[in-house]
Formats: sequence, structure tokens, C-alpha cells
Amino acid sequence: MDLLVGQLFTGLSTGSILLLAALGLSLTFGQMGVVNMAHGEFIMAGCYTAYVVQQVVGDAGASLLIALPVGFAVGGAMGLVLETVLIRRLYHRPLDTLLVTFGVGLILQQVARDVFGAPAVNVSVPEALRGGVDLLGVTVPKTRLFIMALAVLAVTAVSLVLRFTPAGRRIRAVVGNRDLAETAGISSRRVDAGPFFIGSGLAGVAGVALTLIGSTSPTTGQSYLVDAFLVVVAGGLGRIKGAVVAAVALGALQAVFETYSTASLAKVGVFIVIVVFLQLRPQGLFTLRTRSLA
Amino acid sequence: MPLRTKLEARSLTKSLAAAAAAACLVATAACGSKAGEETAAVESCVDTSGDTVKVGSLNSLSGTMAISETTVRDSIALAVKEINAAGGVQGKTIEIVAEDGASEPTVFAEKAEKLIREDCVAAVFGGWTSASRKAMLPVFEDNDSLLYYPVQYEGLEASENIFYTGATTNQQIIPALDYLAETGVESIYLVGSDYVFPRTANAIINAYAEAHGIEVLGEDYVTLGSTEFSTIVTQVKSAGADAVFNTLNGDSNVAFFREYANVGLTAEEMPVMSVSIAEEEVGGIGVENIEGQLAAWNYYQTVDSPANGSFVEAFKAEYGADRVTSDPMEAAYTSVYLWAATVEKAGSFAVADVQEAADGVSFDAPEGTVVIDGDNHHVSKTARIGEINADGLLYTVWESEGPIEPDPFLEGYDWAADLAVTE
Repeated sequence: MDLLVGQLFTGLSTGSILLLAALGLSLTFGQMGVVNMAHGEFIMAGCYTAYVVQQVVGDAGASLLIALPVGFAVGGAMGLVLETVLIRRLYHRPLDTLLVTFGVGLILQQVARDVFGAPAVNVSVPEALRGGVDLLGVTVPKTRLFIMALAVLAVTAVSLVLRFTPAGRRIRAVVGNRDLAETAGISSRRVDAGPFFIGSGLAGVAGVALTLIGSTSPTTGQSYLVDAFLVVVAGGLGRIKGAVVAAVALGALQAVFETYSTASLAKVGVFIVIVVFLQLRPQGLFTLRTRSLA
Repeated sequence: MPLRTKLEARSLTKSLAAAAAAACLVATAACGSKAGEETAAVESCVDTSGDTVKVGSLNSLSGTMAISETTVRDSIALAVKEINAAGGVQGKTIEIVAEDGASEPTVFAEKAEKLIREDCVAAVFGGWTSASRKAMLPVFEDNDSLLYYPVQYEGLEASENIFYTGATTNQQIIPALDYLAETGVESIYLVGSDYVFPRTANAIINAYAEAHGIEVLGEDYVTLGSTEFSTIVTQVKSAGADAVFNTLNGDSNVAFFREYANVGLTAEEMPVMSVSIAEEEVGGIGVENIEGQLAAWNYYQTVDSPANGSFVEAFKAEYGADRVTSDPMEAAYTSVYLWAATVEKAGSFAVADVQEAADGVSFDAPEGTVVIDGDNHHVSKTARIGEINADGLLYTVWESEGPIEPDPFLEGYDWAADLAVTE
């Protein structure tokens, strides 16, 4: 029983971490079709934002709350610059985009190394989030509960923005059918910047939150990048709902496999499941139905 | 082509990393044998006619290993500076040619070849991961040049062309197990990163445990850089071992210790013995998460000796008061002095002369006196168990009676008889 509850929680918790890392990507890659290899570095930028804010503010609790919106702004601003300066010129050239953003990622890593030094830096966890709480006989770290809550909040916020705001409607229109949206008077170029800002901003938020459980070093982002792409691909391009289900499913799979084998074998298991799944359903869990001819 | 290789590596799934590493090794082995075909024609181009002599410093200054290896580069530079200030080697000023290994074994092999062939260095100092050392080994053997390797490693190797100034297993892992056994530990749990060092180390630990009546309750590996420890820590907790033996490397330690502290495990209840956490790493993990835990090394910044006092002082004066000194840095610093002392003894920079003179060369190092073993090219070292204190430094809680002779193939241990064969 304990083990079952424990693993159930682990699955949810791993899933929410994946989701947080992948949510931004599901906007930029899923909706816009841009393969942004620098997404991991935006997460890393969020981690360092948390570090800098903590150095300035001092108190770990207050600095975490301040760092979340600041991380969003930093990530978003970086995304906006990347989109305006480079990616905008490379739409319809996916391979070039991939190479360019990969290069940008490397540059950002080196910048972090030059500014903050190569060794990992420590972001203290607020007193209130240290330790764990007992739930049904299992000790659950508070940091993980916080991350789960944050993931739920982020998904809700993104869904609301996409559904109910004029900017969100324009984004959905362009994703659904670019040409038709343009005929209706929407400047698709201007709209493109929106999801990139939000998606990159979410990467920044994820980075801030991930300092609670992981390390903050120039290469931090890379460890989340592959998993984030997997979640988006398995979930189906263009659907936030898909990313949510895929993240939780992958988290649970990883947890279950890990219980009965080792961590590295579990990873292999998860990849095999994904490969088989994509063979059967190449479009992912959920698909976006559009009337677009493209 | 290099760009493509990198891209593939990046997009490769993490679980394939091990396979990729193996592929790298195969690739470099191939490079090595190719170089070998040409060696007959290659003469050493080391020029010792002038006032200077060149040595190579080959460390990862970019990529994931830069975290650790840049610190080694600094201590090598410090040793060279000190030796030059004291008159140089054989009256010649040492000149460093620095290269970046970029955390890629193949790059290490290429750069080593470049240092030997084009820069004509008398010796090379550096390397960190076993993969980088294994990639460079054929290059140094084929070109008959010298590498001084400063990091503790998994043993089971001895090359004529490499001097190993870090600990081999009987100077670090076995003393750590002895210490645990002495303090009454009867069951342990093994957690490690999934590559050659932890796997070999754990093979040794399993053999030791079997021979000494210690129960191994579990053995888990995660891919390098993994930060997901929820399941493993839960399993460690429910297994209830007396201690955990940790061979995780790099960033994974941060996630592991945070999770460990968060589920309520403490150093008093279930101590963690780590072999890859030194002063540099403690800061990144956060002292509050790791205070009271144990580490096994040969050197700590807090070692009380005149030689260490002046080393720490010189290092801080050179690089800043906030910097710390760690075991690999000390071993690298020592390696430069050992090379210089060997050259003085041989009266020559020639590789064959240095190899012949090496046996018995000693240096009063910060960790204590170290002596080169001419047969296996390792050095005798004192083993120390350290405890991590609130100030982020490690303090010796136990040390071996004098330096331990290096035994890379564990020939002096009956229970290890089957291990050497596996390599």
C-alpha cells in the first residue's frame, strides 16, 4: 500500500516536473512548429534568475515568490529577442532553425559560465518548503507539492489566456489556419511573437521552480530538454491537453518501471513505450483538427 | 562534421548515452591505432635547447565537465608559476600550452596529439573522466609521451606513459569501506551514476561486502546528469540500510541530497559516504542539505600541515579568497612537482629517462609525502574520511596510518581475486 501510494505520488510529481518543463515548448514547438533547442537554456536562465533574486533579496521565501514573475519576464524577454532577431527569418526552414537555436543554446551556456562561473550555485529552499508531509503513510517532500501546484496553475493560466483573451483567440486562429487568419486581418507575424513570449516565459518559471529540487549550473537546462520534447511529441502537437496527459503518463510510467527495475532501465522502458506508441499513433495522443490545407 | 556529431549527441535520448560513450571509445581507439601506424616515423620533437620547456595543460574548459576541470587548470598553473619562481626545471622556465578538452573524449585525444606533435610539449597534465583518459591513452603510448592524470579513478590500469597522481581504489574506496565496517555498519545501499567508475567501484564494494559480511540491500544507477531521485530515495528509505555508498557524479548529487533531506533522512540515521563530492561541490548542493555527511578522499582543504598551509594561502592569493582547494586540484598541483622532481633526478626531459628515474621520487605534498611507484606509475597516498561541516569544508574524522601503497589491480586483496579479470 505504502509503495503504491508512494509511486502514485512519484508519478504525479515527476509528471508535473515534466509538464512544467514542457508546457512552454508545447506552445513554441507544438503550436508554432519551431524546434527551439535553446528552450533548455531558457529554463537555465530561470534557475539563475532565482539565484540572482535570492542574492539580492536574501530571504528564501520572499525571493521565490518574487523570482517566479521575474523568471517569466526574463525567459519571455529572451524568447522575444530570439524570435524577433533570428527565428522570424527562418520560418519554413526547420533544419536551419534547429541549428541556429542549438547554437544560441551553446552561447547562452557559455555566457552563464562566464557570468556565474562553471560550478553549480546553490539556491536555498525556503524554510516553509523544507522537509515533507505525511500523506497516507508516505513522506511527500513539500517542494514537490509546490511544483505540482505550480504546474496546475500554469496550465490553467495558459488555457485561460488562449481561450478567453483576444490575443489568445488570435493565436489559435493563426495556429489553426495561417492564411485564413491573415485574410481576416490578423497580422500573423505580430501574433507569432505572442506564443514565443509566453512559451519562453514559462520556461523561465519552470527554471525558478526546478531550483527547489535540482542543481543550478550552466548545463542544467539540457537535462530537461529531451524529456520536454518527448512530452510534446507524445501528447500531440498543438494541444496543451496532450502535453498534460503525456507528462503525467510518462511520469507514472517512469515511476512504475523504476520500482521494478533500475532508473536507467526504466528510462529505456519509457522510450520503448513511446516509440511503439508513436508507431501506432504518429500524431500523438490528441490532434488538432484544422481545415488548413497545409 | 563535428557540429553534426554534437547535434546527434544532443538529440540522442539519455538512455542511449552509455551506448554513445561506448561508440566514442571505439572511435578513439580506432584513431589511436591509426596514429600507431605512423609512429615509427615520429621522433620526439621536444626542444630543450632554449631557456624554456613547454608542457601541456589539457582540461575541459567548456561542456559539462568544465565545472570541475577548470579548477584543476588553475592549480596546475599555480604549481608551474611557483616552480618557475624557484628557478624552473633544469634551469629552464616552464611554459604552459593550455588546451580545451571540451568534455569530449575524442577532443581530448585530438588535443593530446596536437600538444605532443605540434607544440612539442615535454609532458601533459590533465584529463578528468575515465573516458577521456582511456581516449588519450593510445595517443600517449603511440607517441611515447607522458600524461599526468590527477583524478581518483576506478583502477585496473597501468600504462608506462601515464602517471596516476589521484587515488586508485585501494586508497579511497576500500579505506571508506573499512571505515564504515569499523563504525558498525552491517548493511549498505549503493547509488551511482551509470558509467564505468561507479559500476567498477560497486563491483569492488560488492566483493568487499561479501567477504566482510556486509549486506548490500540495493544497487541503483541513474543516467549522468539525471535529477529525478524520487523513486530511488523512497527505495533507499524503505530498505533501511545502515549507510548509503554514493558514487553519483556531477549535478545529480544536488538533486539526490535535496530529496534525501526532504524525505527526512539524516546523516545520523543513515549516513551517505560519497566519493565524488569535494569542497567545490558542497556549495552547489547547499550545505544545509549535506551537513554531517561523509566523503572519502586523500586531501581536504583543512588538512593540517605546513605544506598545505602554504598551498591554500598561495591558491587564495592567486585566485581569490573565496576559492576552495579540493583533492583533484591538490593531486594536479602535486603532479607538476613530481614531474619536475623526476626530471631533476633524471637530469633529462626525455621520456625514457623520466620513466626510468620515476621510481621512488617523492614530494612533500599538501596531503603529506607522496612517493611514485615505478612499477605501476601510481603514487602512495594517505586515505582520509571527511565530514562536511556547516562552513562548507570537510574535516578529517579518520585517516589511514601513513600513506597506502598503490595497488591498482587489487592484487593484495584475496577477496578481489575475480575482479581484475573483468577488465
